[in-house]
Amino acid sequence: MARRPKLPTPPVPSSLRPAPPRPGEGNGKVRPVDHAAEAGTAVVDWVDERTSLSGAGRWLMFRKVPKGTNWFYTLGSATLFAFLSQAVTGVFLAMYYKPDPSGGAYESIRHVTNEVFLGQFVRGMHKWGSSVMVILVFLHMGRTFFFGAYKYPRELNWVIGVVLLILTMVMSFTGYLLPFDQRAYWATIVGVNINGTGPLIGPYLSDFLRAGPEFGATTLSRFYAIHMLLVPGAIVALIGAHLYLVTKLGTTAPPWQKVQVDEELRKAQA
Amino acid sequence: MNKREKEQYLREYAISKSRGKPFFPYAVTKDAVMACVVMAVIISASLLFGAELGSKANPTTTTYVPRPEWYFFFLFELLRVIKPPSLVGLATIGVPTLGMILLFLLPFYDRSPERRPERRPIATLTGIFVIGAMAYLTYQGANAGTPTALSLAPPAPVKAAGGETLANFEAGRLAVAQSGCLSCHKIGDNGNNGPGPELTHIASRIPRQAIARTLVNPTAPMPSFRRLPPKKFNNIVEFLSALK
Ligand code: HEC
Ligand code: HEM
Repeated sequence: MARRPKLPTPPVPSSLRPAPPRPGEGNGKVRPVDHAAEAGTAVVDWVDERTSLSGAGRWLMFRKVPKGTNWFYTLGSATLFAFLSQAVTGVFLAMYYKPDPSGGAYESIRHVTNEVFLGQFVRGMHKWGSSVMVILVFLHMGRTFFFGAYKYPRELNWVIGVVLLILTMVMSFTGYLLPFDQRAYWATIVGVNINGTGPLIGPYLSDFLRAGPEFGATTLSRFYAIHMLLVPGAIVALIGAHLYLVTKLGTTAPPWQKVQVDEELRKAQA
Repeated sequence: MNKREKEQYLREYAISKSRGKPFFPYAVTKDAVMACVVMAVIISASLLFGAELGSKANPTTTTYVPRPEWYFFFLFELLRVIKPPSLVGLATIGVPTLGMILLFLLPFYDRSPERRPERRPIATLTGIFVIGAMAYLTYQGANAGTPTALSLAPPAPVKAAGGETLANFEAGRLAVAQSGCLSCHKIGDNGNNGPGPELTHIASRIPRQAIARTLVNPTAPMPSFRRLPPKKFNNIVEFLSALK
């Protein structure tokens, strides 16, 4: 039989770990807890018999991360978490939102903010969550930049990351218009105009965003579709690719770690 | 990195990985703590600051603040820093586009095997400089308010004419103040110096028809004011063409 990797013990104080049964205690008696544990195992076994996922799961969870992995390495998963929070709060907002520029959009946001139970709270989470996500993306990018984590063999992961950064900013730009208040409206006009001054594709890009040469009735629904469907879909797919590469290649060791390895290598070679 | 350096990196990485700890529970615990912190920050921000909603969008009144979300301030500030109209295109999208291309290609032109920040001084200093510049521009952007008041004594001829001319001038002064022009233009001692040109002596530079044409059909990033009510529009043109 293939040797199974030993499961690591979770880092809990020994006083909290379940004690093994004393001799003579609980012998032969089956407690309800044992039944429950048995049922859980049976379900997992049933799924595994059909999917063979447990090997992958085991590899995923118990693969080693390099020594010295520190708090800076949590910034990526924190970004992911902020994105998930945006997705969940966004779904709730979408239940009420109407992309109607002739007043329905503003009215639906006003309704969410003032009348729906916890509406303002969820809208606030979505609004401030966007700031948090942008900050985290930049911090995570800073970490990978200063740690030299974009170098061989992780170049592709960096490139995917830059696309994710741009898409995150696009989310924020398109979402800003949706409440359709004065600030949203005029800031977006100026923003789209600024886009239009860009080289080569600039004018086409702003025509695409506006759905025509002028800010009109379909502009809002276009921003809505981009914000709700197009970009989130792309972000989910790219996060998938990003994480696939992270697990396949492993995360870098902190750059300072290298020296120790060097010295030990030298000793080993001497 | 050449082939030898790549192989050396992979070898060293394999060693440091084999000395490491399992992802679960060590990394997972840190990630979970961080996720709780993120959640706590988002929830408290929502509880503390809520989510305001301004007045309804209206293409015909422009008591607006053309302000983006704060993390776009640095882009908008670039417009103020790089002033000449011929360079505006460069500032708005040129610099960001260049930045994006440089960011995309980073792993392909920085090919040295060194990873320690203190041994890659160019990369590290550039990174710090970019962060510093972005922080500075964001700070500037956050502090550049949009004045909604415009104090300007009427020029002597207008004052002398008095009556309707003076009244029109005052109405135009109000309309300009309320239309957000000051977020991009400086008039007298009011408003931001950029991205648009100073308008204090606009009438001595371009004729009245040209001013009206600019308002209807402006060069980006200035928004078009064609949908203003005609009276207000005329007041603005009247006001500007008195500024000699
Ligand atoms: C988003 C920023 C912005 C806002 C808001 C804005 N402008 Fe402008 N404006 C500009 C820019 C940039 C230019 C220069 C365009 C060019 O180079 O042709 C300009 C040019 C002009 C000109 C022509 C100046 C010249 O020397 O040719 C006039 C007149 C003018 N604006 C008036 C106004 C008035 C009146 C308002 C308010 C109703 C206003 N602008 C609001 C950015 C703005
Ligand atoms: C939606 C945005 C993003 C998410 C959810 C995300 C998620 C992650 C996660 C979970 C990791 C694992 C290790 C870690 O946390 O450091 C990671 C690694 C990495 N990310 Fe991202 N990321 C995002 C954006 C970016 C951006 C903008 C860049 C840079 C341009 C980037 C470049 C990298 C690189 C190079 C690694 C490998 C780091 C290493 O091996 O040490 N990512 N990412």
